[in-house]
Amino acid sequence: MSGTFLGMPAFPANAARAVQDSQLRHNLRKATHTIRAKRLSTIAEVPDWRELREAAKAVKDATLRDLDRHLLCLEEQVTATGGHVHWARDAAEACRIVAGLVRATGETEVVKVKSMATQEIGLNEALAEHGIEAYETDLAELIVQLGDDRPSHILVPAIHRNRAEIREIFLRSMPDAPPGLTDEPAALAEAARLHLRQRFLASKVAISGANFAVAETGTLVVLESEGNGRMCLTLPETLISVVGIEKIVPTWRDLEIFLQVLPRSSTGERMNPYTSTWTGATEGQTFHLVLLDNGRTDVLADEIGRQALRCIRCSACLNVCPVYERAGGHAYGSVYPGPIGAILTPQMRGMGSPLDASLPYASTLCGACYDACPVAIDIPEVLVHLRARAPHPPAERAAMGAAAWTFSRAVRLTRAQRLASRLRRLLPRRLPGPLSAWTDTRDLPEVPAESFRDWWSRTQGGPR
Amino acid sequence: MSARETILRRIRAAVADAPEVAVPRDYRTASGAGGLGGSAVQDLPGLFAERVDDYRATVLRAGPGEVAGVVAERAAARGVERLAVPPGLPEEWLAGLCDVRLLRDDPPLANDELDRAHGVITGCAVAVAETGTIVLDGGPGQGRRALTLLPDYHLCVVPAGHIVRGVPEAVALLDPRRPLTWISGPSATSDIELDRVEGVHGPRVLDVVIVGN
Repeated sequence: MSGTFLGMPAFPANAARAVQDSQLRHNLRKATHTIRAKRLSTIAEVPDWRELREAAKAVKDATLRDLDRHLLCLEEQVTATGGHVHWARDAAEACRIVAGLVRATGETEVVKVKSMATQEIGLNEALAEHGIEAYETDLAELIVQLGDDRPSHILVPAIHRNRAEIREIFLRSMPDAPPGLTDEPAALAEAARLHLRQRFLASKVAISGANFAVAETGTLVVLESEGNGRMCLTLPETLISVVGIEKIVPTWRDLEIFLQVLPRSSTGERMNPYTSTWTGATEGQTFHLVLLDNGRTDVLADEIGRQALRCIRCSACLNVCPVYERAGGHAYGSVYPGPIGAILTPQMRGMGSPLDASLPYASTLCGACYDACPVAIDIPEVLVHLRARAPHPPAERAAMGAAAWTFSRAVRLTRAQRLASRLRRLLPRRLPGPLSAWTDTRDLPEVPAESFRDWWSRTQGGPR
Repeated sequence: MSARETILRRIRAAVADAPEVAVPRDYRTASGAGGLGGSAVQDLPGLFAERVDDYRATVLRAGPGEVAGVVAERAAARGVERLAVPPGLPEEWLAGLCDVRLLRDDPPLANDELDRAHGVITGCAVAVAETGTIVLDGGPGQGRRALTLLPDYHLCVVPAGHIVRGVPEAVALLDPRRPLTWISGPSATSDIELDRVEGVHGPRVLDVVIVGN
């Protein structure tokens, strides 16, 4: 398996293959069911959860409404407190900026805190081309990197691996793994601690993302569990944070909402073990902030689709999704899998490839994602909206065109119904040609001998 | 056109039609407002202790004059021989320690020196009862961020008066210009089968001493 999603087939083909993998299905089922139960119990103990969700949604909408003003304010505050701000239109520009900043330090190795934005822009691969080695320090990212694998979950990129598989990856690819390593999670965590300790102490440059950036104060916020984030944010001399422009909240006070809804929605904890906040150059560090667009302004321009930019990357929607639970994250062909990925990826990348055009259909529209979302993104609404915008095959377009022509005049519908009734014995059980894909998984309805309207005009509703 | 100008122009074009948004703050806020009838928690230290304990940290209670004794007992129980101490920590908290070498972070200790410390003792800026969280802001008795990161054991002394109900109260008391570290239990991971396991890169053992009622 390689580290790229480029050129993958459409979702149905990926999903069909994934559901044959019983180990994958077992791993995903176990993990998603564990987290679902935890999330429900920690949310149940918050009496004002509904009010927090409403406020979180509104803060994000208000931020997007005045995003230009908030970005300028953030830039001013970060600069005033000794930080440097850079702007990147797309992935290539962001990678170029970061590579340039690392090269300017003279270092050829960097440590990384798990970050979706840097995954999205393919930063590690871009840095490698510049002769810079990036070391992932989050346990799950480390498992993915050592296993030459791809992430399959927003929060836990190695969710598709169970403890036995992780042990094997460590023994195979971690030179200093203890020889008697067991598959106990505590032992695996200990191995990662020993493996990364000296690297943390020796590294001069770290790269992070951020969960939030507070416009009015210039403060960045990172939530994490292991302490690898604190190591990267604290010890190196230079810190480079790559942050999507939608990560902003306007005021310091707004964190009182998000520091409640994010941990409970993502890992189902009352609070994640560590949250770090810093403003500008801190404790003698050099600080660079790279603000990333990379398709976000395209999403922002869509009146219905822009709600996807409220996303705080908690991954609650993945954990409750029946499609994700069976197909797994790789089938979505993006660093953003699951329901949120199905609306974010086609909007950010466009629907030019068969894979991206298939993503709005990677859902049953059951609505569990909307219920779970702490910022109330109506994912089914956006999916339906994107389905209308997605390219459709000629046979489907012809069939829909014929249906529209028939339904647009009552007389046409009546004639079509009478014709169908007369020919009902001759109609096939399956549609022909390209339309057969539809009847492969559905039964055609029985055509009655008489339509309802004909029956009504004949009997006036029958005996009363 | 610069990337900055391009992005700002794209944003302005994208949201030109977007409606104004009012933010409803009907949740429980720091000022006690919010439409939920403010079910005030009576025993904040009790709730805080319970929630810290849920993270598998150890919680102890001490009277105002008993801190030194509890600190000495904890250091012995954890086998601490080299204890890092931030500037500004009340000296009376350390008065009971014997056979423990104090590593004063003034001038700052080198990272490998800190890495060799067995533990660190700090106070805190604020503590959150509902989530069992302690917050350090680098003020007196708390030290710079690496101090509570590299040693494997963290002993945190929390005066009962520093404990607030929830996250909104803590956010209101804290200064965003200071680097903050919010700590909820020992370092942990949920990366293996989404189940929480204590102990990765940060301190693997956390003891919390609540002082006073």
